[in-house]
Amino acid sequence: MFPAPFEYYAPKTLQEALSLLAQHGENAKVLAGGQSLVPLMKLRLSTPAVIIDLNGIAELRYIREEGNYVAIGAMARHYDLETSDLLKRLCPILPECASHIGDVQVRNRGTIGGSLAHADPAADYPAAVLACEGEIKVVDTDGKERVIKATDFFVDLFTTALQPNEIITEIRIPAFAPKTGSAYLKMEQLASGYALCGVAAIVSLDDSVIQDVRVGITGVAPKAYRATGVENALKGQAFNPKTIEQASELAADGINPLEDIHADAEYRAHLAKVLTKRALLKAIERAKV
Amino acid sequence: MRINVTVNGRQYSSDVEPRMLLVHYLRDVLGLTGTHIGCETGVCGACTVLLNGEAVKSCMLFAVQVDGQEITTIEGISQDGQLHPVQQGFWEKHGLQCGYCTPGMILASIQLLKRNPNPTEEEIRHALVGNLCRCTGYQQIVEAVQWAAQKMRGEI
Ligand code: FES
Ligand code: FES
Repeated sequence: MFPAPFEYYAPKTLQEALSLLAQHGENAKVLAGGQSLVPLMKLRLSTPAVIIDLNGIAELRYIREEGNYVAIGAMARHYDLETSDLLKRLCPILPECASHIGDVQVRNRGTIGGSLAHADPAADYPAAVLACEGEIKVVDTDGKERVIKATDFFVDLFTTALQPNEIITEIRIPAFAPKTGSAYLKMEQLASGYALCGVAAIVSLDDSVIQDVRVGITGVAPKAYRATGVENALKGQAFNPKTIEQASELAADGINPLEDIHADAEYRAHLAKVLTKRALLKAIERAKV
Repeated sequence: MRINVTVNGRQYSSDVEPRMLLVHYLRDVLGLTGTHIGCETGVCGACTVLLNGEAVKSCMLFAVQVDGQEITTIEGISQDGQLHPVQQGFWEKHGLQCGYCTPGMILASIQLLKRNPNPTEEEIRHALVGNLCRCTGYQQIVEAVQWAAQKMRGEI
């Protein structure tokens, strides 16, 4: 399997990468970890004339605390997130989510920036980044930066708010409030490891009252979404398993689930409800300790 | 494009097309055919090699991407004619039948034991989900890794 021929550039700085992108415009494709793009190129579903490889740009690979959020460089690998003590302390749902992606080889190489830019409807991160109310920082070829809320970032199947002249540089994840628990649960398609349904739940408790609750769901719809129906039904309620169960019934409300050979729409909607319930219960259990 | 790569401790300098996959570079240009091609789509793990010590699938990388870096393949893990403990484990515990998946299994296992010298059975299975085997049913592969882990901890 050979991709179509292309020109290859390996910039060492973000600045260099942006000039290359300015120069080659729509003919160029930015390569991050390559765990989705390289297979697409081999199948010739993607045939870019120019590849700008970001793997040599050390300044884009970091995880650090900045004020009340954790800043994650776009080229941080899934393995970096999975093993980050900082994230485990401040936003533990991200390491949990990262540990579910693909396999060890994919996690050694794949990056959070690449995964978000690709916006596969069955990718794991979007659920967690939505539930965290994360933000995505991008920069364009003129050096202009903007910060996009996760809810505005995912537009449709494989489509994001990222413009062709922009590169993702950073993902910002707010630190959890006290007494907050989270869980990421997934039913995966066994051969590929992709989510038939993945649910990220974050719950903040005050005594046994649910102060705040956020649920992100991937794999079910053309793009990952927040289950706002579930959230609204639970906010301000006293915790009890029955309430959780009833609220979780709303997990696929207003959604037109995807359908393919692995799972039909009804099954995906069912998974969304069941996994939402379980993820909420687990998050609450963790919030209590 | 000219690339300089260290493979199994030896320096190579080659002229390659950017679209050449690392696995084809290793097999067809360097003649290191121990790295196998199973699926070529990133699913089977037969093409697993170590890039700067980390397990990656060499069918998911272009050779030009490893310019200036270090690769270890199955040919490079024995030392002074002595099999690597993981190779010994696969021998001792019959961790292979046809052997097609074995180079990838061994390199993925080396990665695991470097990060976790004392893995549980569950952790071994989790670490090898990216490597498919059509023959063994995996049980003896798990035993091979357990044997290697003990050996590397000096317990046998
Ligand atoms: S040949 Fe690379 S994963 Fe199968
Ligand atoms: S031993 Fe034959 S594929 Fe694993």
